[in-house]
Amino acid sequence: MISVEGLGKRYGDVIAIDDVNFSVGKGEVLAFLGPNGAGKTTTMRILTCFMPASSGTASIAGYDIFEAPMEVKRRIGYLPETPPLYQEMTVTEYLIFVAKIKGLSQSNRKKGLIGALEKTGLSDVSKRLIGNLSKGYRQRVGLAQALIHNPEVLILDEPTVGLDPRQIIEIRELIKGLALEHTIILSTHILPEATEVAQKIVIINRGRIVAVDSQEHLSSQVRKSEKMSLRVRSHHPDISGKIKSITGVLRVTPQADSNDLGLGFIVESNLGDDIRDKVAKVVVEAGWGLLEMKPLKLSLEDVFLKLTTEETLETIPHTEQVAL
Amino acid sequence: MKNISTLVGKELQLYFISPIAYVVAMVFLAISDFLFYNQIQYFSGLSMRMMQFQNDLPELNLHDAVFQPTLLNMGVILLLIVPLLTMRLFAEEKKEHTSELLMTSPITITEIVFGKFIAVMFVYLLLLILSLHVPLMLSVAVDVSWKPLFASYFGLFLMGGVFLSFGLFASALTENQMIAAVISFGILIGLWMVGTSVHAAGESAFRVVVNYLSISSHLSQFVKGLISSRSITYFVSMSALGLFLTHRVVESQRWK
Ligand SMILES: Nc1ncnc2c1ncn2[C@@H]1O[C@H](COP(=O)(O)OP(=O)(O)OP(=O)(O)O)[C@@H](O)[C@H]1O
Ligand SMILES: [Mg+2]
Repeated sequence: MISVEGLGKRYGDVIAIDDVNFSVGKGEVLAFLGPNGAGKTTTMRILTCFMPASSGTASIAGYDIFEAPMEVKRRIGYLPETPPLYQEMTVTEYLIFVAKIKGLSQSNRKKGLIGALEKTGLSDVSKRLIGNLSKGYRQRVGLAQALIHNPEVLILDEPTVGLDPRQIIEIRELIKGLALEHTIILSTHILPEATEVAQKIVIINRGRIVAVDSQEHLSSQVRKSEKMSLRVRSHHPDISGKIKSITGVLRVTPQADSNDLGLGFIVESNLGDDIRDKVAKVVVEAGWGLLEMKPLKLSLEDVFLKLTTEETLETIPHTEQVAL
Repeated sequence: MKNISTLVGKELQLYFISPIAYVVAMVFLAISDFLFYNQIQYFSGLSMRMMQFQNDLPELNLHDAVFQPTLLNMGVILLLIVPLLTMRLFAEEKKEHTSELLMTSPITITEIVFGKFIAVMFVYLLLLILSLHVPLMLSVAVDVSWKPLFASYFGLFLMGGVFLSFGLFASALTENQMIAAVISFGILIGLWMVGTSVHAAGESAFRVVVNYLSISSHLSQFVKGLISSRSITYFVSMSALGLFLTHRVVESQRWK
């Protein structure tokens, strides 16, 4: 449905994205996961033909984004980072205007309007001025705007950002519901959000794709603890127990490759806890002969450290904004 | 065509929801009424005196004595007011991110530019029509010569095309409405005043060119009651230039 090949974009000297490749099948939900400045918005703006790429190509529903932008535009619904709203219009006036410029015929306009209002839970506020709506409701109007022409592909840039926890849950449910009829690309910097709504996750950092993975695979790679490998010369039987008793150590796993080069262990501790000093002190004081001690890093680690892995971090500051 | 009319409708809706169109119309009408009133006072005083003393002088002409100076001044007032109508057209779309909606919808930049231009032309035309109430009221009491008056208003209308298309251009350059207004004042005042530099330029081909570029010199022809194809060509092609530049700017901003 969507295929992206070698997409690149530079702003003067800044390389916003570089050699981005991925594909999305019909009916799939793909989450674009990455920290701030990773290039999510840039990629989406290129896919929606808002701006051209510096290199590479992409096609949506079989139409090339450079050669047939009008055909692409007809087939996508786009929710930009900031919902594109005319504050002075009522919700209905606005959605009818959008339906017209998306090329809906008069009879389909009415259907599209009613459908979009229902799906996004806006029916009750349809006659209100957009400028008077709360942030959560504006976001819904933004979603309704993307849906109204029943496009094959939905491109949603951080659809839950700035909403309160209840609204976030509602919007995610809505997206999951939409996934039955549409192919969806959404961007987020919240890991649990990506794993919850999407089948396929593309992780992007500093403009490059770091990993493309399925939901199950990815969650298994997410670290729950800090790991380091430790190697000592001595073969003393107490070593494992002694290290385990250091405060902060969660688990000590002996390694299979223990041989004449000494004993190897994997020492786990709480995320963010640096226990190297304490471990070194214990080993040296016991005279076991410290050979090696190094933190184990997963390839995705850098990215994950920047991602929001806990829902609460993201949502707590917004709890006061209960809708309407 | 359908897209253009949708876009015109949306622009007009936004003009008439917000107070800006009403405020601009009120200020414009107040000033233009004042200009008319002033000129009529002066004219009636003048003709009174003439009737008393010298009956056989050439008859004073209402159009030349009242409408001509007033309508030229009205051109200046319009120059000062038009940037307030055009400043929001593109700047606001960018600021509010609605440009992202327009640019990702199956409509062309040409349609967007024409939609905005036609809508603001309509508002401008409405201003001109409203200002006609003075000549209409006068026509009850005195003989108004409609031909030169029609030529004058036709000239003001064509001149509006230039004002508005360059105002649109200025609005496309920035997302700040104040800056858009200031830039269009700059362009319009420049185009208005190149005529006055003619005296400095002396007799030369340069003088002819400069004179041709001056909005005021063309408007003064229309206000005298002269419709020349030369002036029509000037106004229409300047408007087209403004629209073309606007299109280029909007298009080039996609590449940034
Ligand atoms: N108009 C621009 N001019 C110059 N640099 C830009 C422009 N827009 C984006 N960038 C740069 O391109 C990079 C990618 O930006 P982008 O907005 O795509 O990131 P993002 O993943 O959407 O981030 P966020 O999570 O903050 O929305 C950033 O380094 C940003 O500074
Ligand atoms: Mg972004």
